[in-house]
This record gives sequence, C-alpha cells and structure tokens, in this order.
Amino acid sequence: MQFIKPDVNINFISKRKIAFTISIAMILASIISLAMHKGPKYGIDFAGGTQILIKFHSSVNIDKIKAGLANIDLGKSSVQLFGDKKDNEYRIMADSSNQKAQGLSMEIKKALESSTGEKVQIRSFEMVGPQVGKDLREKALFAMFYALLFITIYISGRFELKWMLSGVMAAALMGAVYLFSVFGLSIASIIPGALIVAIVLFWFLELKYAMGAIVALLHDIMITVGIFSVFDKEFSLPIIAALLTIIGYSLNDTIIVFDRIRENIKKGQNKPLQDIVNQSINETLSRTILTSITTLAVLIALYSLGGSIINDFAFAMIIGVVTGTYSSIYVASPILLAWQQKG
Amino acid sequence: MLKNLSLRLIFIFVVIFVAFIYVIPSFNNKIWPHNKINLGLDLQGGMHLVLEVETQKAVDRTLERMAQEIKNSLKKEHVRRVFVDIGKNNKILIKTSDKKQINLVEDILDKEFRELQLLSKSSFDETIQIEMELPGKQATYIKRLATEQALETIRNRIDQFGVSEPDIRLQGEQRILIQLPGIKDTKRAKQLIGKTALLEFKLIDEVHDISKALKGNVPRGSVLLYQYANDSGTNRSHKTPYLVKKRALLTGAYLTNSKVQIDSYNEPYVTIDFDKKGARLFAKITEENVHKRLAIVLDNKIYSAPSINEKISGGAARITGNFTTEQAHDLAIVLRAGALPAPVNIIEERTVGPSLGSDSINKGLFSMLVGGVIVIIFMAVYYKGAGLIANLALILNIVLIAGGLAMLQATLTLPGIAGIILTIGMAVDANVLIFERIREEIHIGKSLRSAVDAGYTRATLTILDANITTLIAALVLFQFGTGPIKGFAVTLSLGVIASMFSALLVTRLIFDYFLVNRKIKKLSI
Repeated sequence: MQFIKPDVNINFISKRKIAFTISIAMILASIISLAMHKGPKYGIDFAGGTQILIKFHSSVNIDKIKAGLANIDLGKSSVQLFGDKKDNEYRIMADSSNQKAQGLSMEIKKALESSTGEKVQIRSFEMVGPQVGKDLREKALFAMFYALLFITIYISGRFELKWMLSGVMAAALMGAVYLFSVFGLSIASIIPGALIVAIVLFWFLELKYAMGAIVALLHDIMITVGIFSVFDKEFSLPIIAALLTIIGYSLNDTIIVFDRIRENIKKGQNKPLQDIVNQSINETLSRTILTSITTLAVLIALYSLGGSIINDFAFAMIIGVVTGTYSSIYVASPILLAWQQKG
Repeated sequence: MLKNLSLRLIFIFVVIFVAFIYVIPSFNNKIWPHNKINLGLDLQGGMHLVLEVETQKAVDRTLERMAQEIKNSLKKEHVRRVFVDIGKNNKILIKTSDKKQINLVEDILDKEFRELQLLSKSSFDETIQIEMELPGKQATYIKRLATEQALETIRNRIDQFGVSEPDIRLQGEQRILIQLPGIKDTKRAKQLIGKTALLEFKLIDEVHDISKALKGNVPRGSVLLYQYANDSGTNRSHKTPYLVKKRALLTGAYLTNSKVQIDSYNEPYVTIDFDKKGARLFAKITEENVHKRLAIVLDNKIYSAPSINEKISGGAARITGNFTTEQAHDLAIVLRAGALPAPVNIIEERTVGPSLGSDSINKGLFSMLVGGVIVIIFMAVYYKGAGLIANLALILNIVLIAGGLAMLQATLTLPGIAGIILTIGMAVDANVLIFERIREEIHIGKSLRSAVDAGYTRATLTILDANITTLIAALVLFQFGTGPIKGFAVTLSLGVIASMFSALLVTRLIFDYFLVNRKIKKLSI
C-alpha cells in the first residue's frame, strides 16, 4: 500500500509565500488572542490557588453546589462541570491558597452534602501557594529556553560542524539571561528578549539549519499557545510537558527533511538549492505523513478515552503534531533559502 | 555495529530477557528482583506536600536567647540599670543612661559574646545605645541548620505515625517535599507534620492584674496566652486568658519520652519524661515555686496551669486538656520526635483520592490499548510482512519501557502513561523511515539485499539525529519537572531509547535472517 507515489513531485517551495502569509496570520491571531485574554490563562500550577475535584453519585444542580460553597469561607470561587455530564464530576476553583484551613476538604464535603443531599466524593484536592506558582512559571520558561538552546547547538554542530560557534553563542546567551535575572529583571521579559537576540545572531552568523529549526519550533509553540488561548484552555504543568514534547516531535520532522537536504547536497547534483530542498521534502513526504498519521491516531485515542485530566495534554499534542508537520515542510526548509536571496 | 549475526542475537536476547525479568514482579512481586513499577501519587492516591520553613524565625529565636544570656551575664556581674531588648528590626538593643556602666557592658560583650556583630553605638541625650546582630554567615548557618533539623524531625514524626514508603526530602534552600502514598486522613497528617511542637513551662504572672493586661497594658516580661477548651456537650469552644512570664523555665528539649495514658475517667492524657538534666531543672523549678502556678505551653497555647504543691523530683510530668485519643496519640508522637526549630507553612498540597487514581490508570491503559491496536493494524495493512516485523518491535518496545521503569525504580505517573502512548505513535517512526528508504532503494532498482542494507545504513544516522533531539527535550523536562512531569520525561526517554534499539537492532536482525538464512527473493513491504 502506498499513499504517496515514489515519483511524487509537488512544488512546495513555490508556495512558500502563501505558507508564510498563513503562518504569520496564525501567529498574529495567537498574539491578538493572548492580548485580548490578558496573557495566557494559568491553571493553579502557575497562578496559585485551590482546586478540588468532586464527584456525586447521581446528578445534582450546580446552583446547589454553589449555595453549599457560599457557606464556607473560600474567597472568590467558581464551579464547573468536569468531563462528561454523566460522570457528575465537578471542579471547584478558588483564588485563595489558604494554608491555615487544614480540614478544608472535609468542610467542603460536609457543606456540599448538606446543600445537595447527595453523597460527595472528594476526588482530589490541590493547593498551590502564590510563591510556588511563580517559581513554577519561571522554571517552565527556563525549561523551554534551555531546550531550544541545547537543540540549536546540536543542530549547528551536526549539520554545519559549527559546534564551537553555536556552543559559545548559547553559553553567552545563558550567561546573559542569568545576569539579567540576578539583577531582578522578570524572567517573562528576559527570555523572549533572549530568543529574539538568538534569532538575530543565527542570521548574522549564518547558522542556517539552527535558524530554520528554531523558527519552526517557535512557530509551533506560538500557534499551540494561541489556539489554547482562543479555546480559553488553561496552562498547567502537563501542558508545558506537551509543549516540550512538541518541540521534540516537530524537530524530529524537521531534522529528517534537513538530513535529506544535506545528503542531496553532498551528492553534488548541480541543481539550485531551491530544487534540492523541494526534492528532499518530496522524498521524505511519505514518511512525514505516515508518522503523523500514527502519532495522531494514538493521540486521538488518548484525547477521547484518556479521561478529563489528560484531555488538555492530548489536545495540545494534537495541535503540536499538525503544526509540527506543517512547519517542517513550509517553515524550516524554506528558511534555508533566505540567505540565498539576501546574497 | 555488531556485525556478527549470532553475537547480535545473543545481545538482543539478553536485553529482552533482562527486561522480562524486571517486568514480572509488577504482576507478582514475590518473584525476584521484586522491583515493582512504582506508581505515582496521581495513580495510586496519596498526598504531596511542600513545606516552607520560616527560617528567619529560627534566627530570631537565637537572637532572643542571646539577649536573655546577656541579661543573665549582666546580672551575674552586678551590672545594673542596663536594658537589654530586641528592637523592632530584630536586632539586640542595649541601652543605659549610666555612662560608667557602658565599659562594664562592653567588657562582657567582648568576653562572652564575640559572635555578635556591632552595628552601631550612639548616644542620644543621656542614653547610650548599642545595636548588635548576628553576622550574615552565622544567620545563614542557622537557617540551613533549621531546615535540616525540620526535615529530620518531620521524618521522625512520619515514621512513628506509620506511613508506608514515605518520600521526604529537601527542595531548594528552605523547602521540604513530602510524599505520602495512600494516606487517608490527610487533615490529621497535616496537623502532625505542621505542628511546631514547642513545649514550654512558664510561670503564671500572679503579681500583675490580668484585667489591665487584657486592655492592652501588658507588663514588661509577661505575655498574654490563652487556654482553649472545647465542650463536646454543647459543641462550643471558649478561651481563657492567662498572664504568664515571657521566660520559659524549661522546654521540651530535655524530653526523653512521651506516652499516652488513660486516667480514671477514661480521658486520655500525655505523660512526658525528662532526661537527667531536665529532671534536675524541673525539681529545682518546682522547689523554688511551691504554691505558684506553672503553665504548660505548647506552641503558645496553654494546655493546663496547675499549682505546684510540692517539689517534683523524678522528672515526669503530664499534659492534660480534654484530648481525643487520636489527638493525644499524635501529641505524644510530636513530643517524642521533638520540636521543629522554626514554624513551617504548607505552600503546596496535592491530594489524589484512590478512586481518581484507579480511574486514571484504567482510562490510560484503555486508550493505550486502543491507540496501539490502531497503529498495529495500520502498519500491517500498509507494510504487510514488514509491518508485522515493525509490530513485533512495537510490542517489544512496551516491554522494554516497562522493564526500564522497574529497573530504574522510576515512578509511573499519568503523564508518564501519556508518554508511553505517545511513544507507541512515534516508535513506528524509526521503522517507517527504514521501510520508506528500502522502498526507495528497491524503486531505483537495487537488489533486495543491498536495498535493505542501504535502507538501514542511510536511515540510521537520521534516526539517531531525530531521536537525540527528542532526548534533549526529555532531559530538560526531567531537570525542570516535578513529580508527574518527571515521570513523563522518564517514559519518553525510555521510549526513545527502546525504539532505537528495536528498530536498529531487532528488526534488522529479522530482515537479515530472512535474507541470509531463508534466502527469500521477494520482500513483502
């Protein structure tokens, strides 16, 4: 069986302007959505607060839950249905992270049982203090930043033998970020700044492959974060794990195309780079699509059957796999041609 | 790599065999090596706590003690009209309006309190004021010590409380991470862990008027504390104020043992035994203060304030205060384990009930099964015979991941299960790469043997490159991660390594077997 015939020859590169327009529009939409929502929507992992999952044996009216909660001192709180309606599971969120209330979950159980007249099961109770939330936020940003830098060192080294150059550059960037953070600048402003500096440096040092990879990765992350924002979904620790996995996956795709480009350049065919890039994308197209299909298949299984807790993780991964596949064809590879047009 | 067919065969079988050996105990843990796959708190239920130690309080407490020691020394040397106090900014203040005394004070400070750092010496009108504090290095040392002691104390308490396989460790400079799998009564556990348990014996101030103190006029050297009582009959609680001396005559530091006893009314109470020095001190205190009232104070709450009838030697005392049996039991534990050097706050708590945990496992495994079956059918249909080889590799992969988890004693979490599911999708990637390459080589007219050879050699480098970058992301994730995320990073890394092993070595071996030994002429791919 074959989806893609061996002699396939789609001219991807000629459509790169259209692709760039689509990508830029998507990224702009992400930024606009983020601006409208006043930044990403943080779950309790990052914002701090209290989150309680409860389950009733039979269906209850959500207003009765709210009435029950009004009797206890929770601060600002909200109640939502969690997962399928037939499961009768609800999620209670409260702003406060009250450390003094040691028996809060018991209190909530009692209050809700008296207001709804139903047995309540406390499924989970999570409280994150504001300082912990802030620490986790910073750690998450650092993790993304380091992952990106290490990967670019590896790519520059493997594809252009520029181990030293990229290593020194990455070390300098890390040092600069560290210095700025010591001087008390907020991590949230340093790291985007450092990434922009990194891209500018890649451009002038002509680290083509690293540049292609990092732009594609940022593209995937931005769009995933943007779609999350559009759907008003929350960022939690597992979502950061998903984003880092997307980085790994998207890069996987990108590197396979890059590898083929490098191989075809070595063959010394006297073709313009543009044609070599296009040929390489076509040659690897079958694999790109097959792997995306199998990965998407398991992710969809996870999304629909894995339960509410893992739901958002699977959702993020699905977006990431789709954008990752797209970006390795339409973003990473065309960027290799950017220097050609400059010169 | 390993060119010789039989050598490769042996290597592969050893790896698979070891993986199987490690997988089996997860189903029946009586079998050696007994390494079960650890389930994370999100899967088996339990409580995860992060405590922050208020280390500054330990520094403050040391400073208070030193101020008291300065007072004692001055008294011993008969230096009068000198006031020693702790200022608002947590510094020791020494004030006197008697210029002659200042030299004596400085002598004592130089001789006995060298560790204190002089901040300022000023004279204002007739008063001379000296301001001192602990040097930064000393304060840092006290803080570090406080955190380490708190960790030890909490570990003792939890051990005595009886939780199976607790995980207690330092996190950063002043945080303690506690994981208690399978714990049911979380409120009780938190009270047990979070209690400072500073036990003090203080005299009741019977000279001053308590009603004046209640109006805000607390005399120097005394402090207002309360006794809390719950009346289970009327379900009401009330508190009684007491005016007690600030200075503690004796603390729980001299305690050797603490037990729960039941009195003749069937009410539980807690007994405490002092060591030799404590017993001597206790005897001296009771002897000097017969007919006065001695308050037993725990964490600034008065439990009882009996009058001393006679000298008590033997070094035993009892704490009463209408406890439930559980409360008395827990109090005895915290007294035995000792006081925390500084108060702790719970800054993060995650509790997962057992029902949610088992639901997560079931749903996770079910989606893994469904996802796996879809991929297996797809591969078999798309690549036919070669697809079956890839499927074999896929199943092998899962065994290898499970074996790796058990061998490394890593923790399987819900995101970890997601990681395995993801690897199922991505693991076939290595085989897809190889098969596509082989198809390409066959398409340009190579012989079967050389097509397979070329397919593997060409694809190997690509597979390595692609997987190493995923490994980089996974390692960063592991570094950054807390509990569940670490579990994800581990399964993802194991998955990547396992898929490289199975694609580059195992499927290769099977192909070689068919091509060399069976000499097949047509490849089903």
